[in-house]
Amino acid sequence: MAVTTPPPAIDLSDHATWRRVKSNIAVALMVVALVLVAIPLVLVLYTVVKRGIGVISWDFLTGDIGPQISKQGGIGPAIVGTLLITGAATLMAVPLGILGAIYLNEYGRKSPFAQLIRFMSYVMTGVPSIVMGLFIFTIWVLRFQFSGFAGALGLACLMLPVVIRSTEEMLLLVPDTLREASYALGASKARVTLGVVIPAAVGGIVSGCLLAVARAAGETAPLLFTILTVTSVNSSLTGPNTALATQIFSNATSPYDAAQARAWGASLTLIAIVFVLTVAARLVTRRLTTPKR
Amino acid sequence: MDEHHEPNAALTDQPVTAPAIGAQASTPYAATTPETVFEAESVSIYYGDFRAVTDVSFQIYQYEITAFIGPSGCGKTTVLRTLNRMNDLVDGARVEGDIKYHGASLYGPNVSAAAVRRRIGMVFQKPNPFPKSIYDNVAYGPRINGVRGKDKLEEIVENSLRGAALWDEVKDRLKKSAHGLSGGQQQRLCIARTLAVEPDVVLMDEPCSALDPIATGRIEELMQEIKSRYTIVIVTHNMQQASRVSDRTAYYSVLTDDKSDTRTGVLVEYDRTERIFQNPRDPRTEAYVTGRMG
Repeated sequence: MAVTTPPPAIDLSDHATWRRVKSNIAVALMVVALVLVAIPLVLVLYTVVKRGIGVISWDFLTGDIGPQISKQGGIGPAIVGTLLITGAATLMAVPLGILGAIYLNEYGRKSPFAQLIRFMSYVMTGVPSIVMGLFIFTIWVLRFQFSGFAGALGLACLMLPVVIRSTEEMLLLVPDTLREASYALGASKARVTLGVVIPAAVGGIVSGCLLAVARAAGETAPLLFTILTVTSVNSSLTGPNTALATQIFSNATSPYDAAQARAWGASLTLIAIVFVLTVAARLVTRRLTTPKR
Repeated sequence: MDEHHEPNAALTDQPVTAPAIGAQASTPYAATTPETVFEAESVSIYYGDFRAVTDVSFQIYQYEITAFIGPSGCGKTTVLRTLNRMNDLVDGARVEGDIKYHGASLYGPNVSAAAVRRRIGMVFQKPNPFPKSIYDNVAYGPRINGVRGKDKLEEIVENSLRGAALWDEVKDRLKKSAHGLSGGQQQRLCIARTLAVEPDVVLMDEPCSALDPIATGRIEELMQEIKSRYTIVIVTHNMQQASRVSDRTAYYSVLTDDKSDTRTGVLVEYDRTERIFQNPRDPRTEAYVTGRMG
């Protein structure tokens, strides 16, 4: 009978203490960064909700904008104006931007003309919004009049490069193997684009456009010089109009308490509108991109 | 009645049926010459200034499986992609020489690439189903070619999926996304999608390189089943696959010119598959198929 020696015990304990310490430090730094990022986000929301919630009522949301000194009055015309002007801007910028991006990615590709357009749209993304406002003021308002349409033009100029860029990036994500598969079945270029590329990218395109709309809805600068910020409802694109963002600007800079309270209420309303659009963008993206297995 | 059945009697079944199989496959090459589908004459293919393939000539025959083999960079996929003008999609790609398809020049002045591809379908290296339902994947080709009507489309979809040996696996989930299928099923779906436009030729660019051996075996069986109705050209890196499935094999190689530091693909030898693998004429072919090179 041979004497069986027990096998040496396997040591599975963690000896790399310094490595563990480094890992913990890194995790701690990330937690700190997360908290620092969260502070402004939470504070903005908290302040706006706290100051604005008391003002919000049905009368406030639908009522006419009175004199700034008056405690009565609401922001009804501004909500109408924001929806109208943003909607008109969307109708101008989104179809144009999507078609432009389709041209750039599917047809123009690397041609000098496409490269120029692509470069210009990148530059336009960086143009400050107040410059867009001044631009529309100079070429439109000075020639015709202050109007919701002029404001919509300004917002559309801001949205256009964003829509082009986000759409082009989504089209770029569609693998070429899908295009080839479609061509190999005898499809024309238009068929490939409409039947395969757009459906494959539609979730991202829609969400990019909704985010551009949400962004435009909160823009102030392009409207400052273009719509005149009146106090009564104007449900037409012609003639001076008003919007939440510019109402916030004029009320918040007013010396009257009532006006300042109205500015907080309007801010909360605007945030709510943008929030709804953002959530919609998320839902649409998920709905359109998750394949049903 | 069965009592005299020996336990190992089942084993004898195989020798009994074997001659029948042999009889079916006895004459792969009939005495009559099969019809020529493709005739390439001194074809050179360029990408910009780079000459990828130089002076290739061959004939591909109807209802045969022709395999293109050779090391990486020898231009076999490039040649395949010129057969249905897929290389038109590559910037700077250019073809010199002439490729005739049933006597008509593929690169003639009034030839529509879309019309060419409708007759000459292609299956790609990686399964690339559209992000649509299984049904819509197969119906895509017929739809873009103008087939309308639910009944007609359903018939085409079923026949194509049956043709690709996929029908039984997917018939209850036609409306589900094609991306839920396994890799092998996806590749058979891509074959079904190609068959749905009723092509004359099916080009296959390494169709099994992303698949496991079982899925590969099913695709190879499928090729044998459909070759009575389709002419098949397959590019493969797998020499066993070429020898298993093909009737003719073309061996391509890379020619390196040290002086100008250029490389280009050439067709070294093209013959019946058993000749290429058992008794090749060219020493380079022999070195490649015996595994001493490449």
